[in-house]
Amino acid sequence: MQLVRTEDQELLAKTAADFVAEHSPLSRVRTLRDARDPIGYSPDLWRQMAELGWVGIPFPEELGGAGMGLSELAVVMEELGRVLAPEPFLSSVLLGGGAVMLAGTDEQKKAWIPEVAGGRTQLTLAWQEPGSRHHLQRVATRAEKEGGGYRLVGEKIQVLDGTSADALVVTARVSGADDDPAGIGLFLVRRDAPGLVAERQWRVDSRACARLELRDVRVAEEDVLGEPGAALPVLEEVVDRATVGLCAEMLGGLSEAFDRTLAYLKVREQFGVPIGSFQALKHRAARMFVERELSRSAVMAAAAAMDQGNPEARKLVSLAKARCSDAFVLIGNEAIQMHGGIGMTDEHDIGFFLKRARAAEMTFGDAAAHRDRWARLSGY
Amino acid sequence: MSEAAASRDLPDLDTFREEIRRFLEAEAPPSLRGARGGELDGIWGGRKERWDDKPDRKRWLDVMAARGYTAPTWPREYGGAGLTPAHAKVLHQEMRRLELPPPLIGFGLTMIGPTLLQFGTEEQKRKHLPRIVRGEIRWCQGYSEPDAGSDLASLKTRAVREGDHFIVTGQKVWTSYGDQADWMFLLVRTNPEAKKQEGITFLLMDMDSPGVAVRPIKLISGSSPFCETYLDRVRVPVSNVVGRIDGGWTVAKALLGHERSMIADAFGTGGGRRARNEAETLAGFARRYLGEREGRLADPVLRDRLAQNEMDARVFELTLQRTRDAARAGQAPGPEASLFKLYGTELNQRRQELMVSIAGPAALGWEGPGFSEEELALTRNWLRSRGNTIEGGTSEIQLNIIAKRVLGLPD
Repeated sequence: MQLVRTEDQELLAKTAADFVAEHSPLSRVRTLRDARDPIGYSPDLWRQMAELGWVGIPFPEELGGAGMGLSELAVVMEELGRVLAPEPFLSSVLLGGGAVMLAGTDEQKKAWIPEVAGGRTQLTLAWQEPGSRHHLQRVATRAEKEGGGYRLVGEKIQVLDGTSADALVVTARVSGADDDPAGIGLFLVRRDAPGLVAERQWRVDSRACARLELRDVRVAEEDVLGEPGAALPVLEEVVDRATVGLCAEMLGGLSEAFDRTLAYLKVREQFGVPIGSFQALKHRAARMFVERELSRSAVMAAAAAMDQGNPEARKLVSLAKARCSDAFVLIGNEAIQMHGGIGMTDEHDIGFFLKRARAAEMTFGDAAAHRDRWARLSGY
Repeated sequence: MSEAAASRDLPDLDTFREEIRRFLEAEAPPSLRGARGGELDGIWGGRKERWDDKPDRKRWLDVMAARGYTAPTWPREYGGAGLTPAHAKVLHQEMRRLELPPPLIGFGLTMIGPTLLQFGTEEQKRKHLPRIVRGEIRWCQGYSEPDAGSDLASLKTRAVREGDHFIVTGQKVWTSYGDQADWMFLLVRTNPEAKKQEGITFLLMDMDSPGVAVRPIKLISGSSPFCETYLDRVRVPVSNVVGRIDGGWTVAKALLGHERSMIADAFGTGGGRRARNEAETLAGFARRYLGEREGRLADPVLRDRLAQNEMDARVFELTLQRTRDAARAGQAPGPEASLFKLYGTELNQRRQELMVSIAGPAALGWEGPGFSEEELALTRNWLRSRGNTIEGGTSEIQLNIIAKRVLGLPD
């Protein structure tokens, strides 16, 4: 495992950084929030990102993708994460698209992936439920066999980009108790399916989410993904891959929050000197720098390990998620403290990073949850 | 010799690996396979080393030194092997494969050697480097003084010129292994009138010189390798100045960089403490003291701390690796040595504290019956680790360095 970017990856990062500088200022987060934009991202920019080939990065070339890895996708998502760009990489490429790639038949993949990779169709994954926290096996939504297909009843929450997705991969239980690892299935539900009610949820970080009600939603046989009842391992794999992407976004966000704070320490004057000359702040800035460097190593290692099928990959994903969660919250908090009063105002942008930090921390398990998973995977 | 020149007559990496493998399998004493080579049990060499009861270690040193493999990347004309970093990595990988300890450790290899390569005169390099490579001379560091710790530049040891010699008088403290060393590299004040950084000179001094007295220091953890060194009108030839007279601070800082890298490396790669089986891991240790419930460590709070510590150690290793990978790829250096010194030492402290918490009352032994050897060592190691964030530049100094040199924050 080499922890250094290839020339191609450097070029990709440069292209992404230039694109962000030209088209995607941080102020987009505020504009979309204040407009109460129903889908919460820019379809126009999403189309451009697809044209640049980014949306298709992790999909095979024969399915319209670029045939690259998580390492390349992470490079792009880090740059987008710097400005908290809300386009649906996480939901459509990694979660929904990932579920079809890993659980779908060849026919299902042919039907969905080229459209997803081209940015023309948007998918997502509906797994979280009230009270499920990050536990993937806590599924109360039921799937009853009906003819060749299934009938879904239940509720899903905080489904990323759930009101704009063309179809949703829904986790539902064909057997067992609510916490049973066995008995979970994956079902593709189209947006216009009768009985599906999706309402926009407004989160602290303004990332678009939906609450779903599934009132006897019928899923045809061809929309059942994988073997109903045995989906948990593949679901974990999908979420692990998505977690790497999320960590890359977090790395971008915490880096940007740190850079902005560092710049402020050099220009803000009190007592006639820049506040960055005070040792109480210098030392804390140095500690944030350390955390950023460690986070970067963890994200690169997790992406490389997943791409190479390294036996330690799952542990490294937990390492990255725990590290980025703690580092992003630390830097989000310190960024506000070091900006002082202005940092507390809604008018200043720095608060967006703390909000995203908490939302990202809670997504796919916080640091404590991933320490516990590390311990389990290590046999203690 | 430039790296390009060195690599021209080196075989390609695969051929080199084959050669090294054959060489090690033929020449490395089998008794040393699996032997540890850390600070306490490594091969330090020097005039005072007693080889009588360890002939295999002497042979291991000699066969490696003959090929320059004790200092693999140093130029051949000074006794090194002239290897590129990539070839040196192959050598280390093959040594690790056979679980062989380093043939030689010490401050000659890690601190004064690299400094002489950078600042030494041709005569100094030819005199000192080959003797370091062969393990003939053991070095110690004369930097800190009773009133010059973090504020090192305020040091007071005086050197007054008399003809071809400096007459050195003063006191050095925290001289690691001062009682074992043959030579000392030290900082002295040659110009008391100048600004404090500008009146300092970097000297090389034979510890057998008349007027040198060494006294060991006892620590909160018990006996230690640290010493106080008293210098009473010691005569040091002017030809032993490294760099310029009054220009020693530049040399001193470069050496501190080598020291930080060495400390970081020791903590990052686990030094001699890499676990060789499950029982030696932190988890194995915890299992013995805490027991298990439903297949997991019985104490969930300590379990969480253990996972945190393992994960911190892993991400630290990955960051060291990332820095090395970037350097090999010719990219700009990443995080500085200060980061590694800071994080590595604090990480070790957290690990020692965690082990004490896990062992509970069994970690309270000082000596005598009722405590195992391992438990007694645990107590001492924990106490000793408190010094990790002080020696080699305190954590606060490392934070200052990062803030100033990496982040560009104003004074």
